[in-house]
Amino acid sequence: MISVRKLTKRFGDQEILRGIDLEVAERDVVAIIGPSGSGKSTVLRCLNFLEAPTSGEIFIAGERLGYEDDGRGGQRRRREADLNRQRAEIGMVFQQFNLWPHRTVLENIIEAPILVRRQPPDAAIAIARALLEKVGLLAKQDAYPSTLSGGQQQRVAIARSLAMQPRMLLLDEVTSALDPETIREVLDVIKALAVEGMTMLLVTHEMAFAREVAHRIVFMDEGRILEEAPPAEFFSRPQHARAKAFLDKVL
Amino acid sequence: MNGFDTNVILEWAPLLFEGLLVTIAFTLGSLVLGLLIGLLVAVAGMSRHFLLRLAARAYVDAIRGTPLLLQLFILYYGLPAAGIKLTAPVAGILGLGINAGAYLAEIFRAGIEAVPRPHVQAARSLGMSSRQTLVRIQLPQAIALVLPPMANEMISLVKSTSLISTISIGELLRSGQIAVSITFAPLEIYLVVAALYLALNLLLSSLVRHLEMRTGSRGRSEANRTLQDVGV
Repeated sequence: MISVRKLTKRFGDQEILRGIDLEVAERDVVAIIGPSGSGKSTVLRCLNFLEAPTSGEIFIAGERLGYEDDGRGGQRRRREADLNRQRAEIGMVFQQFNLWPHRTVLENIIEAPILVRRQPPDAAIAIARALLEKVGLLAKQDAYPSTLSGGQQQRVAIARSLAMQPRMLLLDEVTSALDPETIREVLDVIKALAVEGMTMLLVTHEMAFAREVAHRIVFMDEGRILEEAPPAEFFSRPQHARAKAFLDKVL
Repeated sequence: MNGFDTNVILEWAPLLFEGLLVTIAFTLGSLVLGLLIGLLVAVAGMSRHFLLRLAARAYVDAIRGTPLLLQLFILYYGLPAAGIKLTAPVAGILGLGINAGAYLAEIFRAGIEAVPRPHVQAARSLGMSSRQTLVRIQLPQAIALVLPPMANEMISLVKSTSLISTISIGELLRSGQIAVSITFAPLEIYLVVAALYLALNLLLSSLVRHLEMRTGSRGRSEANRTLQDVGV
């Protein structure tokens, strides 16, 4: 589904990613963990082309993200419309939810399906309602985001991403901004998606949750992937010294 | 002619009222033009293309850096020398609109930039184009945000219309001057003229306040905090 090769990202003279190779297969749930500043979120942002990679390649279902053949053996930047089409295939959920405050819950969800996918409003509303039902917030469809709790906003944000029927979901520390008592309701929604077979790549600080839902743990530090293993193995027998040190601190 | 003569006011009310209508017409005309120019220049000022950004910057600097009265003189008295002859009303609307546009552009730009970046990124990550994001996500929030400074600009525009009396347009102030030159009752007439400007502006600001209430408090607190950061 996703294939990342030798991805690097540099901001000025700061090297954030120093060569990332990563494969995520269909129906895979992969959790990226690591200390803050290790580049975890930047990987996700590159996968949605919110940041353009400095070098390296990203393939989504075999198609190169952001670039295409120029017909002369080289590569050129895709046109905006084409890039938007690719972006629409990959859902992204943010730490701060980022719902639009001037639109109701339902309007937040149907906006992109109507504008980007050209869905008829009736169909978009029906899909949005079904998704709200799924995340347990149908009763809030006409509420404005500012009247919802953090956990509720995040569930709406997940529904908004799902409304585009993406091939996969990128989740960027989606519980980090939440009150402890609302974290569980969001994690339950993600877990249900994992069970349904949604392909997901998540950056998280919730070690227990990563162990519970992820098929694979990716440990990052200083812009590199240092270790990749199934959760049972990673949490009980981390191989890399820095992974050990990290787990000692957070567990 | 001693004391305060109310008869003079009644006698000249029709002319002053006519002047008021002209002032309203020029305010509305130049406001529409100014909003249009302001929006275009604001968007151009944030463009990817360097030349567009430069043009927008130059426009705002040139207009803000010179007096409106001088701009009106150039349009009405200066351009004929270059073979472009504008009628007084056209020069008046153009001058006021072009001038207001520069100030409104800065207000819009501040408003658009005050919409939190993450709202834009959420839209882009869903596959919305930059134009769709601007129209559907940024502008609605920006306009709600900049209503108060926009009200300032509109009020200032109402008062600026008095300057077009100098290119022979019979707006409110000019009607007053005509009445004074005949009646020699400057206090009565000018106080009435002042009251009329004041009434017009009070109406305008209550209208904007009503709009502010309607766009409401939803989600504005967050954005307003950001707006204070950019100094609006």
